[in-house]
Amino acid sequence: MNPFRYERATDPHSAITTLTASPHGAYLGGGTNLVDLMKLGVATPDLLVDVARLPYDRIVVRPDGGVNIGAAVKNSDLAAHRTIRTHYPVLSQALLSGASGQLRNLASTGGNLLQRTRCLYFQDVTKPCNKREPGSGCSAREGYHRNLAILGASEACIATHPSDMAVALAALDATVHVQGTGGERVIPLVDFHRLPGDAPQRDTVLQHGDLITSVEIPACPFGARSAYRKVRDRASYAFALVSVAAALDVMDGSVRDIRLALGGVAHKPWRATRAEAALRGAPATAESFGRAADEELAHAQPLAQNAFKVTLARNVIVRTLLDLAEVR
Amino acid sequence: MLAARSIGASIDRVDGPLKVTGAARYTFEQPVENVAYLAVLQSTIAKGRITAIDAAAARAMPGVVEVLTHENAVRIASDDDEALRVLQTDAVAYCGQVVAAVVAETPEVAVEAAARIAVRYDEQPHDVVLRADHPSLYKPPKVNPNFETDTHQGDVDRALADAPVSIDHTYVTPHYHNNPLEMHATIATWSDDGVTLYDTNQGPHGIRDDVAKAFGLQPERVRIISPYVGGGFGSKAFTHPHVILTVMAAKLAGRPVKYQLSRRQMFALVGYRTPTIQRVQLGAQNDGTLTAIAHDVIEQTSTIEEFAEQTAVATRMMYAAPNRRTTHRLARLDLPSPTIFRAPGECPGMFALECAIDELANELGIDPVELRMRNEPAVDPETKHPFSSRGLVACLRDGAQRFGWDERDPRPRERLDGRWLIGTGVAASTYPTRRRPSQALIRVDRDGHYAALIGASDIGTGTWTALRQIAADALEVPFERVELQIGDSALPKAPSAGGSMGLASWGTAICDAADKLRARLRDDFGGVVPADGLEAYGEAGENHFAKQYSMHAFGAQFAEVRVDVDTGEVRVPRLLGVFAVGRVVNAKTGRSQLLGGMTMGLSMALHEESILDARFGDYTNRDFAEYHIAVNADVGRIDVEWIDEQDPYVNPMGAKGIGEVGIVGTAAAIANAVYHATGIRIRELPVRLDKLIG
Repeated sequence: MNPFRYERATDPHSAITTLTASPHGAYLGGGTNLVDLMKLGVATPDLLVDVARLPYDRIVVRPDGGVNIGAAVKNSDLAAHRTIRTHYPVLSQALLSGASGQLRNLASTGGNLLQRTRCLYFQDVTKPCNKREPGSGCSAREGYHRNLAILGASEACIATHPSDMAVALAALDATVHVQGTGGERVIPLVDFHRLPGDAPQRDTVLQHGDLITSVEIPACPFGARSAYRKVRDRASYAFALVSVAAALDVMDGSVRDIRLALGGVAHKPWRATRAEAALRGAPATAESFGRAADEELAHAQPLAQNAFKVTLARNVIVRTLLDLAEVR
Repeated sequence: MLAARSIGASIDRVDGPLKVTGAARYTFEQPVENVAYLAVLQSTIAKGRITAIDAAAARAMPGVVEVLTHENAVRIASDDDEALRVLQTDAVAYCGQVVAAVVAETPEVAVEAAARIAVRYDEQPHDVVLRADHPSLYKPPKVNPNFETDTHQGDVDRALADAPVSIDHTYVTPHYHNNPLEMHATIATWSDDGVTLYDTNQGPHGIRDDVAKAFGLQPERVRIISPYVGGGFGSKAFTHPHVILTVMAAKLAGRPVKYQLSRRQMFALVGYRTPTIQRVQLGAQNDGTLTAIAHDVIEQTSTIEEFAEQTAVATRMMYAAPNRRTTHRLARLDLPSPTIFRAPGECPGMFALECAIDELANELGIDPVELRMRNEPAVDPETKHPFSSRGLVACLRDGAQRFGWDERDPRPRERLDGRWLIGTGVAASTYPTRRRPSQALIRVDRDGHYAALIGASDIGTGTWTALRQIAADALEVPFERVELQIGDSALPKAPSAGGSMGLASWGTAICDAADKLRARLRDDFGGVVPADGLEAYGEAGENHFAKQYSMHAFGAQFAEVRVDVDTGEVRVPRLLGVFAVGRVVNAKTGRSQLLGGMTMGLSMALHEESILDARFGDYTNRDFAEYHIAVNADVGRIDVEWIDEQDPYVNPMGAKGIGEVGIVGTAAAIANAVYHATGIRIRELPVRLDKLIG
């Protein structure tokens, strides 16, 4: 393991100043992904600024029903929060479908958003990977890519984002509050992660030194009618092949409003805006759910091993929406 | 047979409290003074030569004690085992081969220093993909451990052509990597007397002999201490290069050296189960009577060693048929050497045979339990020896009744519960019952306390408890009066825990020692233990009944599966295994063995697969996040039963080995149930959702 220094941040300002001055440093949250990557030699920070104890460990429910989630809130605590469970079950379910109990007890909200891809080549320093080593090539495109992206990928990279939580947050129109040397910014979650393009080494729009302070979920009147469905290769402790986060508002058999996002299919949580647009005002039936899914997935560019994800995503979208609409 | 008093009881593991409190020390935890740590650098090419090694940066790191390469390594004294000749040459035979190593004051420094060694290669084209038409396929002289490579009886091709009903299918199993919870670890300490190792293995004497040979030592100058071992599954049965490397490093460093493989290194350095391509042809009369069985296997070995898995051997005795053939062909590939993995041969082979029987049952319109019973052989079909005992039919009957098999509607894809398709399947299990020569020593003191000493191993199976039960019964004393010492090559020589032969071999030697001790006590001392105690050596040789009888454990496994119509996700809410394994020595640990085998079979059916990237000649999914093993949530209800079976021929305990029979057949039962649920026949493991959602 590359030698590194460790500093525990006592306040946000000094954390940001310290890291901004250290171009090869990194923030340390729960460490559930970063430490693994350091052991593998994928991440080689020379400084860790531990931000886990900064005062961002609160969940505040706004009078209008929105929720502000501190960046240091543990995944376990967020999943168990009463308001989240009752008003935003999609988020609670997404969190509980991720990792294991032990990991969720350590993993933070901010850190969860900043997970790196689990593409096997990214994690193996002996193999080419444009995300890890720009310009070295993509091993996955012609290699093992059964679990990789079908939407929004590029020639340079077909990695997927591994988070479940972020998919639910994308569906819920969440925003990410970020503190940097230039002050505070608010970034919509759907714009927080990038598509790979020709710079797959950049997962997000953050600048070095930026610190996530909280995630805000705006009030969603039909958030209680939401669900997260994750499909994976075993019953627990595996990353999504395809996941669907959905909230559905049905009135008199028609879709009044809908939020739909997909996980396991792209370099970022994939907000299914095309499907949403197709469904607003449409009948809440298997046929229209299927048509909307097809519309979203028409842009899929699957490879040999992951073509099944197109069928799988369609089936899971339709089934999740039917269940939410209580159409049997 | 031994009268059972303690044998058969459900006794808690005597080492349980030590293990759950952390007091049982595993290899890496053994305290050794002045110890240094080893880290290895592995090749990044699959074939070629090392042209240059630059270790200057590694040597310059503070805390680095020694850097080992092929240029300064200790010369290995023996060339018997090419795989153990670590760092002896500039040749690279597989990706992940050890090309350099670092000894340092801390493991962190060792790992970082190893990463700073620069190796240049002259890379050559590699060949790593097993194919049925691989040009280098050859017939090995024997298959593991010493079975005939091929067998033929009658005219198989003609019988197949003449059969009114026949099937001809190819079944494929992937690479599997043995992954015990405890990674392999070794601590080597040289002294004037020789070298002592703490080591995690399935049998200390085999490791001792290999280390002695490699370093040109008399075996007595090598001692292997292995009291607690966290699983093996075959990967710890034989000596692997890291053991030799650690001993070598300790010699060069002039101080004790400790090494534990990382989980990722487990995928290159300690073996794996060969992938298989198996063609099974069955011919039958309309009433289900088999007329022909052919099982032709393609599998692989490495370029440096021959390991030929005995994949079709179980097919030689499972079912009656006048015309039969089994063959094994190997390709030598630029990959690490395969090794034994829980039920080598039977496990992948019975996946193919038992799926094929199910397919034939469907063709015939005969219930698959009934079809198996109709082809029950009176004697071993190839050797013509009688079976010492054969409980397959009893297991099938008992299991069918317990499982509720009689109400089964054989039609596929007919049962839907919500969005779940439901199906059931059955398969047979088997594993040979053998034993190997062993020695043992029993001592008694004046207070009537006994100590049984033997170089046996407990790899998590329950030896600490079960072997003591055998000793107690052999001595006709209560369990509490007997102390057991195992896991040390300084103890009487014993075979390893492998091939489901451990307890049978060790127990037979213990019985012999007990008989001799009791005879001496009675005949020479009038039944009174002399003041300074008494001891007797026991010895178990070959089982002479093995030449007269065909000896095997059997079982029947039943599975219920649910397959999600929308996603193809497979769940296994219910497994039942009924086994005919002679006498079970400890009902509790025995049940755990069978349960663990079935769980591993479920894992094989649905999850496990090492994914090879042929371009690099390397495995891609080298951790537990991506090499999927069944987790708790995948395992539903598993019922384990055994029938009452008395077999006086196998050993004095009447016990058949149970370490492996549990994994045999599970994957076939599940794949057969998936067919029944969905109408989709999966002949290539694992059964995964993408194969079920067309």
